[in-house]
Amino acid sequence: MQSIPISTYDSPAAVLELIYRLKVKDVMTADIHTTGRTATMRHVRNTLKDNSITGMPVVENRRILGIVSMEDVLQALDTGSIDEAVEQHMSKKLIVLEEDMPVFFAISYFGRYSYRRFPVINKYNELVGIVTSRDITTKLLIEANHEIERLERETEAPAETYTGQIERWFKVYRYDFENAGYASTEIKKILKTRNIDSKTARRIAISAYELEMNLVVHSNGGSIHFLMDDNRVLVQADDTGPGIDNVDLALTEGFTTATEWIRSLGFGAGMGLPNVQRVSDEFSITSEPDRGTHAKSIILLPNTATNTQGVNNESS
Amino acid sequence: MKAADIPNWIEGEVKAPGNPEAEIVDAYTSDLLSDVMGNASADSVLITVQGHKNTVAVANLVGIPAIILCNGRGVPQDMQASAEKEGIALYTTELNQFTASYKIAKALNKQ
Repeated sequence: MQSIPISTYDSPAAVLELIYRLKVKDVMTADIHTTGRTATMRHVRNTLKDNSITGMPVVENRRILGIVSMEDVLQALDTGSIDEAVEQHMSKKLIVLEEDMPVFFAISYFGRYSYRRFPVINKYNELVGIVTSRDITTKLLIEANHEIERLERETEAPAETYTGQIERWFKVYRYDFENAGYASTEIKKILKTRNIDSKTARRIAISAYELEMNLVVHSNGGSIHFLMDDNRVLVQADDTGPGIDNVDLALTEGFTTATEWIRSLGFGAGMGLPNVQRVSDEFSITSEPDRGTHAKSIILLPNTATNTQGVNNESS
Repeated sequence: MKAADIPNWIEGEVKAPGNPEAEIVDAYTSDLLSDVMGNASADSVLITVQGHKNTVAVANLVGIPAIILCNGRGVPQDMQASAEKEGIALYTTELNQFTASYKIAKALNKQ
């Protein structure tokens, strides 16, 4: 009943993107009622009733001690202990969410536990809000509406954008080794349909693959932008962080910040960016710590289109 | 050599058939996927201990039709499924990478 009927792995991409992009703090209720541990259960009952809510956190110095619900109030009424202190009746078994967790965490928690609400804490362990399944569904509906609007706008004009130009966007998630390589494989398929010679296709595939893997291994998640016209291919990787401390060092072959377990998967050899640089005709990268990294690789295509044009010009 | 000949040279077991007729002209031994990506030539057989799905993805991108997984490493199910889907041959062997490499070198007349 309380679980949210959205799968966190095989939902449509637009929905997946939403539940990864939205953080718990984006959906939670921040303006909440709390009580101290020495308040009486009678006081709790009144607060719950007056505010039409079914539970609230018990707090001291902004730290959460427990949670007390209408069920606890009923229990206290039953046993004639309604004038006892909250701390004797609150539930101390707490499952909390952190405000920076993606919403899919919260969704899976509602699926896993029978609780109706989860307290949300910040990185200092201070209570900052509460999240209920209703909070999530409401926010998801709002965001899904925006997304559908956007998709509708996009699908209106596909014919005119197709003038020998192909553009694709791929979302890439941190540590998503399951789907790693998807963007580059799709890009390779496009190159095949365009009969790009195998040598050039290989260079583009290397560039796309390394940039994609960098997003999986090092970034908080980001996107691969692929743009191809008759003359060149652009592969661009953008992420939102955490940024590279020293870009020059990152471009040095053999330098890596990858952890042991990532290296055990065969990644993090310190060859990624140097590989991209090597195969690109133009390459640029900008990055700042705590900000995003933006890497751009341009590979020129053996220029049949311009040649034909040249011939035409000469003969005219 | 044809991909289908590979298991005979390395006491290998076929985990995914791929294209048995694929012509193998070279081999590359590495566990670093970036290294494979950057340096292995197409139509090679990849000799590795890197037993996971991403190895298949890299083989596919490079144009490697066959993978040998050495040291009796187990093949994860998703790796096998991915190899079957992409039509890439996947073999396992108890041999280590050095032994598998020189046996394949012999098969390719590259010694």
